[in-house]
Amino acid sequence: MRMSARTQLEQTAWQIRLGIIRAISSNHGGHIGGSLDLAELMAVVYSDFMRVKTEEPRWADRDFMIVSKGHAGPALYATLALKGFFSSDRLENLNKTNNLLPGHCDRNKVPGVDATTGSLGQGLSLACGAALSAKITGRDQRVFCVTGDGESAEGQIWEAAQFAAHYKLDNLIAFLDWNKMQIDGTNDEVMALGDPVAKYQAFGWDACKVNGADVLEIQEAVLRAVETADGKPAMIVLDTVKGQGARCIMEMANNHCIGFPDSLREQVMAELREQGRVLGMEVED
Amino acid sequence: MNRKIRYTGKKPEREVFEIFNSTMRELIEDDPHVIYLDADLMGSLKTQELWRAFPKNVFNTGIQEANMIGVACGMYLNGMKPYVHSFAPFTSRRVFDQVFLSIAYAEKSVRVIGSDAGIMATHNGGTHMCFEDVAMMRTVPEACVVDVSDPVMCAEFLKETKERPGLTFLRMPRRDLPDIYCPGTRFEEGKGMVLREGGDVTLIGCGIMVATCLQAAEALRQEGIEARVIDIVTIKPLDRELVLESAVKTGAVVTAENANVIGGLGSAVTEYLAMERPTRVLRVGIEDTFGRVGVESFLREAYGLTAEHIASEAKRAIALKN
Repeated sequence: MRMSARTQLEQTAWQIRLGIIRAISSNHGGHIGGSLDLAELMAVVYSDFMRVKTEEPRWADRDFMIVSKGHAGPALYATLALKGFFSSDRLENLNKTNNLLPGHCDRNKVPGVDATTGSLGQGLSLACGAALSAKITGRDQRVFCVTGDGESAEGQIWEAAQFAAHYKLDNLIAFLDWNKMQIDGTNDEVMALGDPVAKYQAFGWDACKVNGADVLEIQEAVLRAVETADGKPAMIVLDTVKGQGARCIMEMANNHCIGFPDSLREQVMAELREQGRVLGMEVED
Repeated sequence: MNRKIRYTGKKPEREVFEIFNSTMRELIEDDPHVIYLDADLMGSLKTQELWRAFPKNVFNTGIQEANMIGVACGMYLNGMKPYVHSFAPFTSRRVFDQVFLSIAYAEKSVRVIGSDAGIMATHNGGTHMCFEDVAMMRTVPEACVVDVSDPVMCAEFLKETKERPGLTFLRMPRRDLPDIYCPGTRFEEGKGMVLREGGDVTLIGCGIMVATCLQAAEALRQEGIEARVIDIVTIKPLDRELVLESAVKTGAVVTAENANVIGGLGSAVTEYLAMERPTRVLRVGIEDTFGRVGVESFLREAYGLTAEHIASEAKRAIALKN
């Protein structure tokens, strides 16, 4: 398996961030914090692991990406546009009235989206079903699933965690975007999550924690999960900062879903241009 | 007499759970993509033998109804044709958001089966006695909602909806459902069955109340009243044409259901006729109350789900015609 180099992945993550900002700023607001902090993950998974066909989004033998924290639609859409599932111009339709790019992930409106999500807690169950089907039919398919930390208060997440271990779904590779923040405050203030690695291990999963801003740490963990066939599902906890990659967003007290005036866009774009210079990338606008 | 009908009022040749077993076996043997999921209530349908026989098609999710709906949806995404079962309250009110979003809104094809609906929960009592499932499922866009009235209908709908897009919700008892239809009878979504002709009043039933409507019609005949009897078959989509034609023909309607009249068959019929052709409709069903423990005969008396009550309501509806 040929793995991308750090710079390539960081360039991709930067492009994904650019797409997220394009989508959310065109809508003058949206779920930015928990979208930005997935850029590195999406860059790694879609560059090195997802086996999909852009010209045939529902190819029967594809790998699956189920974003259970459905409000991170912009992160997935920006990635799919970059991958070539649709034109990046479409990102500017995010959440426009009656359009075909709803803020929450929608499989029937957006090519390349595998699951409709948004009512939290349901995606990991879908991932279990897709992974179990692959086992039954003997198809070599990987199922990736992105969960949130606030979302992990939902009981259904833990039903699915138990199910995945029971049915030995080692083709399921889940991620927890552990940014420690949710709408009403920190996880510890609202509903303490405790140690997610220990929790998933106790449920019978292979679980580890990586720096969610470090593409090579993520890459190494996914590669290990993909290559391990030990009868256990894998949970990779991404230690992230909500809004990561854009300091002016990260520093906000609450960046879950915010208004996005042009002045903020200019601030973020100034940061991204500077990052782009370091990465040898240019903003086209 | 309709040749499709073989109702005698006697015990059925085969109970619903036996029909469910043989039909699911047939479906799985015929199509390896058919999946049956159960949430630790295989014992209630006696499907453990299927579980042993088809380890790639039959799965127990344990007592995780919400996860079971999600797993079914994920299996659909990966090419499967899932059927899920638990008792009716646990495949309706407990998982309504999962059913609404992950199945219906996401345009997946999943068949959800709720057994022991309404008073058929008998000794399990009020905690398990689901009268609200019909109302809930009727509000899901593009859903097909069926209250199974006969073992042949059960088999046919399991087979016919194998690839039906969206949510298909089947509520049914596990046993003691009399034979109404001859084997080979075909059913269509949105098409009711006229089981008996009559010009004085129309009795429209669903589920266990269809046979009760037939009994009521027989009692009414003794008094010189001819009742048209309809099995609505699918509460949603409603056979509007048949409802309208019956209202025009008889001028009085009685609905009968083993569910809350709020949002159930009675609501469906009155809502439609109020708009299309205002007609006197009296509703026999659960009058917005909770369930309780009891055997079927006691519960039928307690909630008025009897042939006598339908017959008296039919006479009242006729008297109110003018």
